[in-house]
Amino acid sequence: MSNVILHAKQLNKSFGAVTAAADIDVAVEAGSCLGLIGTNGAGKTTFVNMITGYLKPDTGVVEFDGRDITQLPPREITQLGICRSFQIPQLYNSMTALENLEVSFGIVSLIANGGSLFTKSDAIVPGLGKTIRQLAEESLERFDLGQYRDKVARVLPGGVRKVLDIAMAMAVRPKILLLDEPTSGVSAEEKFQIMDMVMKAVRRDNTTVLFVEHDMEIVSRHAERVLAFYDGRIIADDVPDTVLLDPTVVRHIVGSARAATPVGAHDHA
Amino acid sequence: MTLDRTTLRFGAVLALLMLASPFIPQWALFMLTIAGANGLVVLGLMLFLRAGLVSFGQALYFCAGAYTTGLMALLLGVNEMLVLLLASAALSALIAYVLGFLLAKYRAIFFGLLSLAFSMILYGLLVKTEALGSTDGFNVPAVTIAGWLPGSGMVRAAVLGVACVVILFCVSFVQGLLKSPRGLVLTAIRDNEIRTEYMGASARRTIHLIYVVAGALAGFGGSIAAIAVGHIDPTMAFWTTSGEFIFITILGGVGSVVAPFVGALVFGIIHTIAFSYSPNTWQMLIGLSLIFVILLLPDGLWSFVRKVRGLKA
Repeated sequence: MSNVILHAKQLNKSFGAVTAAADIDVAVEAGSCLGLIGTNGAGKTTFVNMITGYLKPDTGVVEFDGRDITQLPPREITQLGICRSFQIPQLYNSMTALENLEVSFGIVSLIANGGSLFTKSDAIVPGLGKTIRQLAEESLERFDLGQYRDKVARVLPGGVRKVLDIAMAMAVRPKILLLDEPTSGVSAEEKFQIMDMVMKAVRRDNTTVLFVEHDMEIVSRHAERVLAFYDGRIIADDVPDTVLLDPTVVRHIVGSARAATPVGAHDHA
Repeated sequence: MTLDRTTLRFGAVLALLMLASPFIPQWALFMLTIAGANGLVVLGLMLFLRAGLVSFGQALYFCAGAYTTGLMALLLGVNEMLVLLLASAALSALIAYVLGFLLAKYRAIFFGLLSLAFSMILYGLLVKTEALGSTDGFNVPAVTIAGWLPGSGMVRAAVLGVACVVILFCVSFVQGLLKSPRGLVLTAIRDNEIRTEYMGASARRTIHLIYVVAGALAGFGGSIAAIAVGHIDPTMAFWTTSGEFIFITILGGVGSVVAPFVGALVFGIIHTIAFSYSPNTWQMLIGLSLIFVILLLPDGLWSFVRKVRGLKA
């Protein structure tokens, strides 16, 4: 693998007697889309938290673009180009959807201006060629949030909150985007539609995506590669068709009833 | 720094005030100056409130500014008002910068009480320092303005004039800060600090920054008050002084950079009236007026201006 953008090397993490990560070793190629699957407590979110700096591994190293980022705080990791969305959307609840994005692009502008005190909010954001307002409006459109523009985030429906959370993470133009359960809490009918739209919007810039997901149909639809977590370990790492039909994965994660549904199910029948 | 509509309008009001100053009685000129000094401190508190923080110890910087002015005039013989103002703001900002390393780590009640503790330390030190007049404080010598020593009939108007210039400068600065992306980050910290950090912004650095700005504003305020009153004492750092600043913040609201000055003026008026009619129970009238404002205009007096504008629109 020549084009590795993210390399997690031998990550280990325990919380008391619970092993949340054991010898996790993953190299992610730039521009790829990885699905992270596993039951609750298998170590998916711990993995995401270690990449984004929220948790520090007990041992092991996280390399991003060849640079050791293991001990950096989340803020600096974001500035380098890794951003995440949250399982429970982390929004600015008292602000409207537009304002949420304006704050996000405001932070982008602040960083681009080196934290200068005298940057005006209506000035062009360096490197992006547009004002904060223009970028926020553009993002609303890109993520199909136009009709919620002036609604306060607190009252937005669950699916919309998820999408807004992702749109905010995308404001920093990350090289790697981590999505923690982007469709959890979203109704079954909306799930596919939302995920299709998000993936289209997100992957337009060739962003590398890692997403944690429980719905195997969504995993096989969007992931190019799947990491299956069980008991803090990665028990399978391959293309979806292979991983989702792997007997260990079926036994521990997918379940035999679900194994019949994903792509490649006809091989099984 | 921006000269937007709010700042320009406010500047026009201050200019009119100065034009009318020959017709304003001396006691009112004094009250306006003190309201301006208080308003500057509250302007800083408004920044904190935008980030969801309340400082119960802003009197520390108010007092530090006042003592810097007093001591420089008394011991070093510096009498130039602008020099005293700038030096006081600079020293207050420096203290805020140093303490800010610690305070910027704390939020909510911990931030409030730690700032209170620091202001009470200064109070304790000043009370015990006999060389600085202990609880009696000391008198501040008369000041000059660009070399001119105003006569007794002019001094109140002259001090108010300089204060207005400083206030306009500070208002324009704070307005620029609030309109910059940094101002957006303040609100973001109040709403969701974790998310703000994950977006790449440093909440601590932002809070440290506004802490220094608020310190400098309070330093200006303390210096103006010291010059206007002509006397300083340790109660300027006492918690009740910080309490008055919070009172004015709630009274005025945080909707605009002008709100602190509206709040401070109304506070000054209530204070003057209450004190002249019932010198022993004036605090009660102040308390009642606060209850009145909280019940009728929970977002402060400034929300009344908004409501009126809303009706017109």
